[in-house]
Amino acid sequence: MIEQNLCLLLVVIPLIAAPVTAMLPAGRSPWLFTLVITWLCFAMSIWQLTMVLDGSTISYELGGWAPPWGIEYHIDALNAFVALIVSGIAAITLPYALRTVEREIQLQETSLFYAVFLLCLVGLLGIAQTGDVFNLFVFLEISSLSSYVLIAMGKRRRALTAAYQYLIMGSIGATFLLIGIGLIYAETGTLNMQDLHQRLQPILEHRTVHTGFVFMVVGIALKLALFPLHLWLPNAYKYSPSAISVFLSATATKVAVYIMLRIVFTVFSTSFLRITHTEFIFLILGAFGVVFASIAAIVQYDLKRILAYSSIAQISYMVLGMGFASTLGITATVVHVFNHALMKGALFMAAGAIVYRVGSSRFENIYGIGRQMPWTFAAIFVSGLSLIGIPGTAGFISKWYFMLAALEQQAWLIALVILLGSLLSVVYMWKIFEALFFRRSACTAAPVAEAPLSLLVPMWILVLANIYFGINTELTVGVAETAVRLLGVTAYHE
Amino acid sequence: MIDIIIGHYNYWIVILLMMAGFYTVINRGNLIKKIAGLNIFQTSVFLLYISIGYVNEGTTPIIAEGFTRYANPLPHVLILTAIVVGVSTTALGLALVVRIKKAYGTIEEDEIHDKDMSL
Repeated sequence: MIEQNLCLLLVVIPLIAAPVTAMLPAGRSPWLFTLVITWLCFAMSIWQLTMVLDGSTISYELGGWAPPWGIEYHIDALNAFVALIVSGIAAITLPYALRTVEREIQLQETSLFYAVFLLCLVGLLGIAQTGDVFNLFVFLEISSLSSYVLIAMGKRRRALTAAYQYLIMGSIGATFLLIGIGLIYAETGTLNMQDLHQRLQPILEHRTVHTGFVFMVVGIALKLALFPLHLWLPNAYKYSPSAISVFLSATATKVAVYIMLRIVFTVFSTSFLRITHTEFIFLILGAFGVVFASIAAIVQYDLKRILAYSSIAQISYMVLGMGFASTLGITATVVHVFNHALMKGALFMAAGAIVYRVGSSRFENIYGIGRQMPWTFAAIFVSGLSLIGIPGTAGFISKWYFMLAALEQQAWLIALVILLGSLLSVVYMWKIFEALFFRRSACTAAPVAEAPLSLLVPMWILVLANIYFGINTELTVGVAETAVRLLGVTAYHE
Repeated sequence: MIDIIIGHYNYWIVILLMMAGFYTVINRGNLIKKIAGLNIFQTSVFLLYISIGYVNEGTTPIIAEGFTRYANPLPHVLILTAIVVGVSTTALGLALVVRIKKAYGTIEEDEIHDKDMSL
């Protein structure tokens, strides 16, 4: 019974829990309730992944309407993997959220805060689960609207302008996606992804199909902060509450990457990508994104802003992987989606812990803090190594696959960019290490204590996961390879 | 030529509205006007959906005797959902503008920028 309806329950349970949370009295009870719900979702997504790990798919008809008429949830390894990442990060963020939210959010707003958090989770999980493009748009807007609210709940007034800017750009992106869906629907008369794929193949050269494709890709590119459409991201991550920086940086843009994979490879096809030369656009924008965002990260003087720009650079890597349009390239993208969630989650948690103690993430206020908060600093150090791609960490695995994909196609320039991106990340991570550890703190600054355990434990779970998944790649690479096979991507050949 | 202009008049209206809205979002510094532009932009897409659902000489999609051609109701239903999304975006955007006005005392983009920089 539960097993048959699992893929729907994963979306419905947090959806029903959200209004319930909003009605709970302010204090710790909304937090506890949200914690239970997110852990339940995490357990269900693990269960779901085990069901599709062998390459099988689950098809769920909503309301008993057979696809392509009704909405269908079509779960394969990729959907289940993304749902696992989203619910896993939510489950690990919640214990971290308790203390930081008490510090950053006014007491009477806590129930609403957790309710909106659950809505955001609903949206992201819904995107991962659905097999219907219009349903995907609706879930995308649920997650986006709730993330605007969450960002606006930041303490400083600039959180409001950051949320407003994100709202304008995000809505334009979503509307572009809507235009694209409309044009594709006008051509084919269907919204189901599998059905769309079938019906689009004979008419791939139609002008309307091309226009629809462009609108969809640009719309999603806005949501995933692809260079040069990334302007909303740094402020949104910098000024949002700490727990939200962690959650959004580790999930929101990753889910957008997933949407891009689905639209480009499931709805259209690899051959369409080749016909339209979109792969070159992905490669060029990805390469520029890696270099530009890494340099932009180097010139920042704020811990959270460096991490935000580094996120843009890492997303550009994922787009590079799509540009290769080969088994290795997409495997690298999917693996990096997972690994980047781990490392950025840990890094933003550490940044949040410093903000918790010091009240700021600007460099001049946090010089030498690493010596007073050794565990937090060690977490930044290890996950920083993972971000750079030192062997033995998760980051190395994904960089390795990106490199393999580039070498396979003899794209020397791109291979060079991948290396350059890693070198530049050494520079900005070193800048963080130097500020936190080697600089002397201002003598006027009061000494601070190590972050509380409720912040350190989730942070270190993610840090250790960085090391674990750097050594044992069975889960990540295995799932990614199954997912890529189901996407219909073939190995590169001349 | 005339055919392209007259025969596709719904698309021309959509494009005109879309560009007017998009231009307003980009060009105006007033936060409320930006939201208004965003609204026009979204409305043009609603119009696109609704007009492509129309079938030549089709009637309201209610089964009745004597009618065999019906307009496609699905785009209309989709757009009901999209309108709800649009309304909530507008509501949230305006709520943010109210909060920005309270925090900064202005809703002009360049003045807000100056206040942030002067800190």
